[in-house]
Amino acid sequence: MPKRTDLSSIMIIGAGPIVIGQACEFDYSGAQACKALKAEGYRVILVNSNPATIMTDPGLADATYVEPITPEMVEKIIAREKPDALLPTMGGQTALNTAMKLAASGALERHGVELIGAKADVIDRAEDRLKFRDAMAEIGIESPRSAIAHTMDEARAALALSGLPAVIRPSFTLGGTGGGIAYNREEFEQIVAGGLEASPTTEVLIEESVLGWKEFEMEVVRDSADNCIIVCSIENVDPMGIHTGDSVTVAPALTLTDKEFQRMRDASIACLRKIGVDTGGSNVQFAVNPADGRMVVIEMNPRVSRSSALASKATGFPIAKIAAKLAVGYTLDELANDITRVTPASFEPTIDYVVVKIPRFTFEKFPGTPALLTTSMKSVGEAMAIGRCFAEALQKGLRSMETGLHGLDPVEPPGDGGADAFRAVLSEPRPDRLLMAAQALRAGLSVEDVHGATKFDPWFLRELARIVEAEQAVAATGLPAHPAALRRLKALGFSDIQLARIADVPTADVAALRERLGVHPVYKRIDTCAAEFAAATPYMYSTYEGGFGDPVCESDPTDKRKIVILGGGPNRIGQGIEFDYCCVHAAYALREAGFETIMVNCNPETVSTDYDTSDRLYFEPLTAEDVIALVRREQQRGTLLGCIVQYGGQTPLKLSQALEKAGIPILGTSADAIDLAEDRERFQQLLHRLGLLQPENGTARSADEAEAIAERIGYPVVIRPSYVLGGRAMEIVYDRAGLHRYMREAVRVSGDNPVLIDRYLNDAIEVDVDCIADGESVYVAGVMEHIEEAGIHSGDSACALPPYTLPPAMVTELKAETEAMAKALGVVGLMNVQYAIKDDTIYVLEVNPRASRTVPFVAKATGVAVAKVGALVMAGRRLTEFALDDEAVAAHVAVKEAVFPFARFPNVDTILGPEMRSTGEVMGLDLSFERAFAKSQLGAGIKLPESGTVFLSIRDADKKGLPALARRLTDMGFAIMATRGTAARIREAGLPVTVVNKVLEGRPHCVDAILSGEVQLVINTASGPQSIADSFAIRRSALTHGVPHYTTMAGARAATHAMAALRAGTLEVAPLQSYFRGSF
Amino acid sequence: MHVDDIIDRLGGLDAAARLTGVGTEAVRKWRQARGIPARHWPAVIAATGLSIDDLQGDAVPAPAVHDPARAPDGATAALVLADGSVFWGKGFGAHTDAPAPVGEVCFNTGMTGYQETLTDPSYAGQIITFTFPHIGNVGANPEDVEAGFVAARGLVVKQDVTEPSNWRAMTDLPDWLRHRGIPGIAGVDTRALTVRIRDGGAPSGVLAFPANGRFDIPALVEQAAAWPGLEGMDLAKDVTCRQTYEWDRTRWSWPEGAGKVSAPRHHVVAVDYGAKHNILRCLASAGCRVTVVPATATAEDILRHKPDGVFLSNGPGDPAATGAYAVAPIRAVMDAGIPLFGICLGHQLLALALGGRTYKLARGHRGANQPVKDLTTGKVEITSQNHGFAVDETSLPAGVTPTHVSLFDGSNEGLACADRPVFSVQYHPEASPGPSDSRYLFERFVGMMGG
Repeated sequence: MPKRTDLSSIMIIGAGPIVIGQACEFDYSGAQACKALKAEGYRVILVNSNPATIMTDPGLADATYVEPITPEMVEKIIAREKPDALLPTMGGQTALNTAMKLAASGALERHGVELIGAKADVIDRAEDRLKFRDAMAEIGIESPRSAIAHTMDEARAALALSGLPAVIRPSFTLGGTGGGIAYNREEFEQIVAGGLEASPTTEVLIEESVLGWKEFEMEVVRDSADNCIIVCSIENVDPMGIHTGDSVTVAPALTLTDKEFQRMRDASIACLRKIGVDTGGSNVQFAVNPADGRMVVIEMNPRVSRSSALASKATGFPIAKIAAKLAVGYTLDELANDITRVTPASFEPTIDYVVVKIPRFTFEKFPGTPALLTTSMKSVGEAMAIGRCFAEALQKGLRSMETGLHGLDPVEPPGDGGADAFRAVLSEPRPDRLLMAAQALRAGLSVEDVHGATKFDPWFLRELARIVEAEQAVAATGLPAHPAALRRLKALGFSDIQLARIADVPTADVAALRERLGVHPVYKRIDTCAAEFAAATPYMYSTYEGGFGDPVCESDPTDKRKIVILGGGPNRIGQGIEFDYCCVHAAYALREAGFETIMVNCNPETVSTDYDTSDRLYFEPLTAEDVIALVRREQQRGTLLGCIVQYGGQTPLKLSQALEKAGIPILGTSADAIDLAEDRERFQQLLHRLGLLQPENGTARSADEAEAIAERIGYPVVIRPSYVLGGRAMEIVYDRAGLHRYMREAVRVSGDNPVLIDRYLNDAIEVDVDCIADGESVYVAGVMEHIEEAGIHSGDSACALPPYTLPPAMVTELKAETEAMAKALGVVGLMNVQYAIKDDTIYVLEVNPRASRTVPFVAKATGVAVAKVGALVMAGRRLTEFALDDEAVAAHVAVKEAVFPFARFPNVDTILGPEMRSTGEVMGLDLSFERAFAKSQLGAGIKLPESGTVFLSIRDADKKGLPALARRLTDMGFAIMATRGTAARIREAGLPVTVVNKVLEGRPHCVDAILSGEVQLVINTASGPQSIADSFAIRRSALTHGVPHYTTMAGARAATHAMAALRAGTLEVAPLQSYFRGSF
Repeated sequence: MHVDDIIDRLGGLDAAARLTGVGTEAVRKWRQARGIPARHWPAVIAATGLSIDDLQGDAVPAPAVHDPARAPDGATAALVLADGSVFWGKGFGAHTDAPAPVGEVCFNTGMTGYQETLTDPSYAGQIITFTFPHIGNVGANPEDVEAGFVAARGLVVKQDVTEPSNWRAMTDLPDWLRHRGIPGIAGVDTRALTVRIRDGGAPSGVLAFPANGRFDIPALVEQAAAWPGLEGMDLAKDVTCRQTYEWDRTRWSWPEGAGKVSAPRHHVVAVDYGAKHNILRCLASAGCRVTVVPATATAEDILRHKPDGVFLSNGPGDPAATGAYAVAPIRAVMDAGIPLFGICLGHQLLALALGGRTYKLARGHRGANQPVKDLTTGKVEITSQNHGFAVDETSLPAGVTPTHVSLFDGSNEGLACADRPVFSVQYHPEASPGPSDSRYLFERFVGMMGG
């Protein structure tokens, strides 16, 4: 069937900010969908509040709305654009839920918009657990025994059917928020209560536990002619009970016979047909009882997903692109397989390698929540690795994580290191369970023993045992002297660093031995067809192959002028999609400029690892060994101009020394300049020379030194380890006791690295500046004024571009200082500076000679393709060659707001601080600061009230600003409720206020008021451990009850301005293209 | 001494370049080469005080040259091709006696179902290279077999076969192979071998896994080169049943396993050119009582059972060779107006009986992911395939319509007669291994017999 001609414009809803459960994968899928539909000649209308996405680049859609994804705002866009159709399957749960609400409200019908890809009734059938279970029963597919409950009484009745342990799954929540497994009655009631609360429909499913069963996923694609294909099967190494996003997974499934596999395939396809997914990709999850093969269906997602992104990267089959084309009427046989270019998309990819995906966690940032995995997703990112066998893929995956692992490294044994201690710790679903399983094998536990405790399939455990045995052989007899034997060892995925540790020799010796014996990795291609057809697309992974002969390398480097772009690896807090955006832009710009672009990355969620983003793609860990090996291969032909290390965040930047040492050229800012900016002492000298100020500071290498420095500077101080991103372990310390406690923890965190101590600038305004420099001239791309004061991590602060309170002279001075530093450092490419302004004095907090988190925001706010220009400058172009207007003044304001994962981490305080904890960001764009800020809040999921009661509890240090704030609120007609001290100050100002008890003052208290819905907005500032602990319940209850809350005065002030704007008139929508001309 | 250390002693890259009067690029090359050219030694020694010995660097020895006739360390098996190339590996399964098994080396891209594949009689005369690296994970069981024997002559895999992990496994793959006299070789760059087969055609090869560990490579090469290949070879008679038998078992299902047909409504005679059991099971599951007759059965042998339908099975070898005796009975069945259904070799023999021709494909189809379009409905089926020969569509007479086509290479995948209840497909609707998309064909066949 050819494409539909009755449609001319199609709307796509993106996934919004990066949150746990919805990361870059939806930018990958959405960008593919935009490109595919635009290429088909449709007018594409996109809405996504996340500026750090490729899909919101103005060239990808005809009208790009960086607006909050709420049903109201999306309806406004629909009213303005009148699309013929809405494709809701590309933007995760956000898009599906929004589309469902638009359907339910009649908005789609009102504006004559057709849902394509998945109709409302289909989405409903797939998402509503009861309807789904019934539908599956009708076609003879078993589900775990279960019942739906809307109340606690119904839940108790359901328990009789399910038994304990029981799984509680709230309906319509993202990534299983609010769900869990109950092992006893008390836990059961607790989780049910939370689940009912979390579910927008107050509905939970209570079901039979299939804990410990094997978990599988099938990625299915169906077209309008009912052609169905399985793109990929995925097997979870972690058994049922752990969210698939938190599980180590393998593709393809490895422990199914064909009979069982086909049974699952048949069931998957039957499931799509029954649910009624007419076109597109879906993911169906199954649990299998390892004892007897009983198979139950767990759930299905009638949309592209994290797993479909993984399946696309694992096979080379671009599910989202194909799904978009199927949605407009094409059938699979009418579409080509991009990789072979000679076969159609109507086939099932087959692979001749093994893919392992490993999640990355950040429990350390959320103390209070135990590091245990459940059915609610907690991981913030993932790495994928490809090898010719499971062991190779696994070890490559582990070193891709960038968590300090070089492979299946040893971990600290539990307790006394005895078998019982191992069994106990292995029976808990901890994030490091796989490593602990290997450690148990090292300690002599049997595979059966470890299987009993973990329920990991024995097949995977025996592979771990194989790695452990190889380790033990090396430890006993040293490294093999024969090339084939060394190759076989490397083929198990061992890195040189690992082998060096095991053999107790310097790492350089292992590399030298490999060099001497000629043992290098070869590169094989991902071709969708196990080499049945020749691959036209150079999408590659490394392997040592093993075996006996010389393996064949298929990388076939070209004779072109080439540039290698090193990506950012797995997402984590502090390093996410923003850096991938920069890498992708580098690839686009350099390809356009005629260079061959070579991308290296290991994050399956990203656009950078799409095979058509760059000319050549190496899906490889970002370690020195892996990168140098592939660069060497590329250097064998053509001319390598250099590597770009400054776009992928800290990950590639950390490789710059190793690359330089290997004689591999680095494009742009030199490794030495990078070191200069990061070396405290060298940098201080530079600032001194330039006559710039820093907060008083010092570098301490011991607890004693730290204490001396803090005493000299005076408390409070900001303290942090050197060389970290995202403010890991960064804290404001108020006294000596706090310093001692910190030193105990920080030393553990940062190893031998020194800690940096700065004077904490109270109430200072923080400013971020991004610039591009070519070694001679400097272009300041954006000056962003933070909403929250200095001391709150810049990644967690909201900010405005242009600055909303700074006088022009101050902005000019900031630009001048930035220029001076960029020139002094010899920056070629991008640079970011963070400043604090206190009492009209500018202090330099930090300089990063690399792309920053704010680059995409600046680009979207100003219309200047910052990352592209930076990349071209690195490749030798001059800034003067670009039409960059330093003095351009835009009529609009852009506000960036951070989005936090607190809801997923019970018992974690939401108070903002110097350690970054946000996972993503949104942008609000409008003609005034107030409206832009209001949009940013709405985009971040914060619905500001227009009337009602505001609860205030303000620390003493902030009380001078309190009267003005209270007056604004009163003037807008809000009632004010406050704790005693705060209320007294408000009353002094002559404003009406109701006093409410603090939690410690007895009930009813302020938390009761929040819980009973009496409060519509919470403003609570606190400092000092005691005050923070006392007010914890206020913030947490506001969070769990969806009451907007601000923990800084600056944030609260901005919110009141936004509320005023909201009351003054409704928010309007406008596409990016109306703010700027041209594509960037 | 390591060249990096020497450069460090010289004061780094730039200093080293300055001192020796070369560019920094040259110094980088020293690093890559792990040595400093001797002409710079005097300057380096003068600047660092190192001795000549220190500057020798890590001499790069020439890679060890293997005596092609000698097994490298740890290798216990070899796949030797007619062109003289040798793939060493670790043997598993049964040891080979002289002469070692010889066959056409083909590849199969399926990721599951190795046990079904190995027992598919159509693989007679072939050595199967599995493109998926981990083979043997689910062991072996008595249910997942397509014949009572292994027709393939050996298998080539990438990874060492592991212990199985599956609730249905009764034994491991090497043990299962050993009992059936089939050798395997692991540790081969199967992807490289596959590319070679893809680009150069399926070569003849010998798989040697001698118990004594001795390899006479020249003799093995000679043996491979002397093998005539599959073209013109009638292998059906090697794998067909010796005598007529009745079949009543139905398809595998969970949790019952295979069942028995109760109250069959039709009687089908299946001509066994190397039939996969799952074809017979599918017929039984569709309500048929099945009488299986040998490949050499005459028209009378078939018709005397008074069948409601006749089925022509899959099988190995060159259809033209088997056609020499198979075509006549097929024509007789058609003339009798009995519904006729053929699969794979059965499809090719039917084409021959109708007056068409077959030819050897440049690239055989072997895998479980092959797209086939049903030309009557426009629908795409993902199919299981295993064939090296195909029907030449242009040779089909009037009244015979191509019904299915391969979306991979456009070759014929099915035909039907306009005036008779006769049809056939090149691919394997019985799957096993592979997808069940095409199982409807058995219903279609049953429909022809009167519902």
